[in-house]
Amino acid sequence: MSSYAQKKGFGATIWDYMTTVDHKKIAILYLISGGIFFLIGGVEALLIRIQLATAGSDFLSAGTYNEVLTMHGTTMIFLAAMPILLAFMNAIMPLQIGARDVAFPFLNSLGFWLFSFGGLFLNLSWFMGGAPDAGWTNYASLALASETHGIDFYSLGLTISGFGTLISGINFLVTIINMRAPGMTYMRMPLFTWTTFVASALILLAFPPLTVGVFFMVFDRMFGANFFEVTMGGNTIIWEHLFWIFGHPEVYILILPAFGIFSEIFSIFSRKRLFGYSALVFATILIGFLGFMVWAHHMFTVGLGPTANAIFALATMAIAVPTGVKIFNWLLTIWGGSISFTTPMMYAVGFIPSFVAGGVTGIMQAIAPLDYQLHDSYFIVAHFHYVIVGGVVLGILAATHLYWPKMFGTMLSEKLGKWTFWTFFIGFHLTFFIQHFLGLLGMPRRVYTFVGGQGWDLFNLISSIGAAFMAIGVIILLVNVVLTTIKNERVGNDPWGDGRTLEWSIPSPPPFYNFAQTPLVRGLDTYWIEKMEGNKEGMTYSEPIGDIHMPNGSIIPFFISFFMFVAAFGALYFPDGKPWALPVLIIGLALMFGCMVIRSLKDDHGFYVKKEDILKDLEGGKTDGRK
Amino acid sequence: MAHIEVHTRTQAEYEYARKKRASEMRMQLTSFAIMIFLTLISFTAVMADFSPHVVAPAILILAAVQVALQFYQFMHMKEKGHGVVQFFLYAGILIAFITILTFVTIVWW
Repeated sequence: MSSYAQKKGFGATIWDYMTTVDHKKIAILYLISGGIFFLIGGVEALLIRIQLATAGSDFLSAGTYNEVLTMHGTTMIFLAAMPILLAFMNAIMPLQIGARDVAFPFLNSLGFWLFSFGGLFLNLSWFMGGAPDAGWTNYASLALASETHGIDFYSLGLTISGFGTLISGINFLVTIINMRAPGMTYMRMPLFTWTTFVASALILLAFPPLTVGVFFMVFDRMFGANFFEVTMGGNTIIWEHLFWIFGHPEVYILILPAFGIFSEIFSIFSRKRLFGYSALVFATILIGFLGFMVWAHHMFTVGLGPTANAIFALATMAIAVPTGVKIFNWLLTIWGGSISFTTPMMYAVGFIPSFVAGGVTGIMQAIAPLDYQLHDSYFIVAHFHYVIVGGVVLGILAATHLYWPKMFGTMLSEKLGKWTFWTFFIGFHLTFFIQHFLGLLGMPRRVYTFVGGQGWDLFNLISSIGAAFMAIGVIILLVNVVLTTIKNERVGNDPWGDGRTLEWSIPSPPPFYNFAQTPLVRGLDTYWIEKMEGNKEGMTYSEPIGDIHMPNGSIIPFFISFFMFVAAFGALYFPDGKPWALPVLIIGLALMFGCMVIRSLKDDHGFYVKKEDILKDLEGGKTDGRK
Repeated sequence: MAHIEVHTRTQAEYEYARKKRASEMRMQLTSFAIMIFLTLISFTAVMADFSPHVVAPAILILAAVQVALQFYQFMHMKEKGHGVVQFFLYAGILIAFITILTFVTIVWW
């Protein structure tokens, strides 16, 4: 296996990525496919804003608007934000804890392929008779009444990609619990690892309710069950509960990794240890817990009764406390630091006021009586875009700049990065700040058009102009990526110069076995400690150089996912009475289980990277510090 | 492969391990007997035609005891180094409990 460093042809590279179980390559796959879905979701957002830019516009028909709106939400949450965050978790977390890969490399690859085939399935709905049109929340009564196959694409697509996410979550949990380097106690883990840990726990506990709900939906629509059908004794509210028992933790699954990314950024670019590290850790865990106790605040107007509303309102407001702890800790981390305003740092600094604004409107909605006024208005739209874009997307963009050198070995242009930041940041506030007022003026959400002369025209136009700014920001980022890749100026281990955690002590990008020698962790901010003590190698080792055991690649995850994707078409067309539907469903599932059997019965013990090859790499300056 | 150390146990270590295994086995058998006994109680309660208001809660309580025995005795949760497992288990139980409580109180009744 010493030929891994040779230059490969295009086909071989594709095959390499299709069979890879290397967490860094899977991260790149997640980043690319998540990025593509982010662009698709962004185009859908632009279509929405073009439609709403003027009163009485007929750019999109009412039906198409519903589809675009639904797909924008679904794509952005499930297929863009989450996979891109999974990309950074995959790329960075194992490096931060000093591991050579995740605990289950095969499952890591399976998780990615399930996600991408699920996303592909969902998006194929555009070309196969209509996209889902009941909103990303897909409330049951509306969804059951939908006539096209859109909702079926939604339920089956999310089932498939949900399996993928669940698998990744479990994988990260096991990795963090079992594969930390010697000396890396829980309270020495970098904060991004901590937030990955808590977010993975949330994935583990939150995705089953969604799976159950979506499964019920599949059976109601495709196989004649009546879980949500009120006339047949079902209960339509159960969908809302199941969805939001998943849906609220989902919000924290998205925001916690972003918190982790910002924690790293504040500490790196203020050249200071995180202020109140342990408080930040416990606030993260507390947010994770409280996240499961507040879901009914999405349902205040359903009519749960004043007692239930009061309990959930109180629990919701309680979340402001750990979040506030985090905000103050970040501010105190910056305070007195030696600050450098790099692109990631600008995103981090811009994040604080944006996210606080979103949090404050969240607390407003937690007040149940006020929520009766705000419910289903543009105020809500403004709120959740402030937390998702102002928190998660800014986090993603910051991480893209921060970790690009670690993932690809080149540095994104700081100049273009700042252009992206300013256009995106201004565009974001321009788009969504004014929507608060649209909501207060009474504009309902999810409407495909509005009548002019109600004082909404100018505000909607301003909002649409803001969306154009955000689009320009994203385009500049793409240009930046292309230019950087063409220039291909390689960078060293610690391109920002102030890296604190283990990932900055190894080459960019790291060799496929990550660490030639497993590090010995002597405290929080491991790499920083070694640097401060003048250790030129950047690391204290916990083992001599020796053979390294690595897993073999496999194409099986791709085929398991592909056959599940095929079977989903059988299930989808089954209610239409198509004669081929049932055979496709059965054969697809049979082949899928066949792949699993092959995987179970075939012994694959992986391979060893020989000591001589590692020494050769070290001489070539490919790994840490021995030049 | 690189660093496999072969460790030969001393006589004292051997004796200790043996004693420990014996007491472990005793514990396993005892809890197995207790669980059979608890099951018998449940069946008897049903067969004896007690009021369902007594039988249902009694069976549920006995079931909870059995689950705890299962986890702690047979699935080794009582042993050291299972803190993370316990944390996740109790977190899961708590969240499931809240969910069911909500459904029971505001959805179904």
